[in-house]
Amino acid sequence: MVKEVERAGIPVVHICTVTPISLTVGANRIVPAIAIPHPLGNPAMTAQEEKAIRRQIVEKALDALQTEVSGQTIF
Amino acid sequence: MGKLRVVHYINQFFANIGGEEKADFPAELRVGEVVGPGLAFKASFKDEAEIIATIVCGDSYFNENLETAKAQILEMVKAQNPDVFIAGPAFNAGRYGVACGTVADMVSSELGIPAITGMYEENPGADMFKNKVLTIATKNSAAGMRDAVAKMAPLALKLAKNEKIGASCEEGYMPNGVRVNFFEKERGSKRAVKMLLSKLSGKPFTTEYPMPSFDRVDPNPAVKDMAHARVALVTSGGIVPKGNPDHIESSSASHYGEYDISGVFDLTSDTYETAHGGYDPCYANQDADRVLPVDVLRDLEKEGKIGKLHEKFYTTTGNGTSVASSKAFAAEFSAKLKADGVDAVILTST
Repeated sequence: MVKEVERAGIPVVHICTVTPISLTVGANRIVPAIAIPHPLGNPAMTAQEEKAIRRQIVEKALDALQTEVSGQTIF
Repeated sequence: MGKLRVVHYINQFFANIGGEEKADFPAELRVGEVVGPGLAFKASFKDEAEIIATIVCGDSYFNENLETAKAQILEMVKAQNPDVFIAGPAFNAGRYGVACGTVADMVSSELGIPAITGMYEENPGADMFKNKVLTIATKNSAAGMRDAVAKMAPLALKLAKNEKIGASCEEGYMPNGVRVNFFEKERGSKRAVKMLLSKLSGKPFTTEYPMPSFDRVDPNPAVKDMAHARVALVTSGGIVPKGNPDHIESSSASHYGEYDISGVFDLTSDTYETAHGGYDPCYANQDADRVLPVDVLRDLEKEGKIGKLHEKFYTTTGNGTSVASSKAFAAEFSAKLKADGVDAVILTST
């Protein structure tokens, strides 16, 4: 799906935990996540801490979208 | 026992009649003649089989007069009543490949005579017919004739003798989607360790679970002005409104969902959940922002870090969903995203 979004001409960032799969499939901008069942959260943390870490990942994703890349890049 | 009887189909080029300028050469039956590549088959058959007739047909003639050509060729083959029918090999010649696939398919389905062909895997005829006709994978030019005949001739003989056909990797035909159960000599753990040892020592090994081959797409230029960009969320993590109104399947999804999040600032356990059947859903069901970070993007929108969070998000379940389906879903919703003026997409996967 990432590649089809890219092919449509929209810059896309893939947030995922298993980055080797993302590389195999062909995403160009990749941001690692926390865990498979909760990529943007951590139930072991308090709600506040959890949102903070989610924000960090999303901000990293926005940074990735604002970074020129020439090929597959893990941020 | 007499020799097995073979009828061979070739185009005008391999019959030495001519190239494109002779491609309108009509179908012609040459009884008792062995022509062009037929000589290589003849050598390979030794005394087991003989080519009793060769059918020559121009590629343009065949494709432009499809129904007439098919009927003519069917009659020719029927009259000869061979034990097996061979078409080609066509290598990377597109119209020839399609013609070979068409006649071989027709001969086997309408006359009940076993038929094979051979061509390069990227020949358009391969995708069209490899699941219907045993199609030997060949090189992309006639320089691969020797290899092609070395695989096609034994397979044709087996079919003519009604012998059991081995797996695609043993016989050299393209995988045709037919799975046959069999017992491996060694158990799985032993095979896996052997494969790993080969891999570690840089030796060749053959995977038992080949991955589909993926193409590559060049990255788009970076977003210049994030503070005014429209950002959309997409996920393969199956986040849906509570109750999964569109019944997106928990695996091997047949469709995707498009949901409006206008006025939604936080995904809660009362409003959203996951339909995904491939991971422990309890964390996403408690708080779907853990997969689709709507809450954080709303904050960033409010702070002016992004222009706008697009009011629709797209979702499906990524587990067991085929590459072809995912591609089709995303091609469709990407066109919508583009039409809606979306500048960037965050796609999350579980």
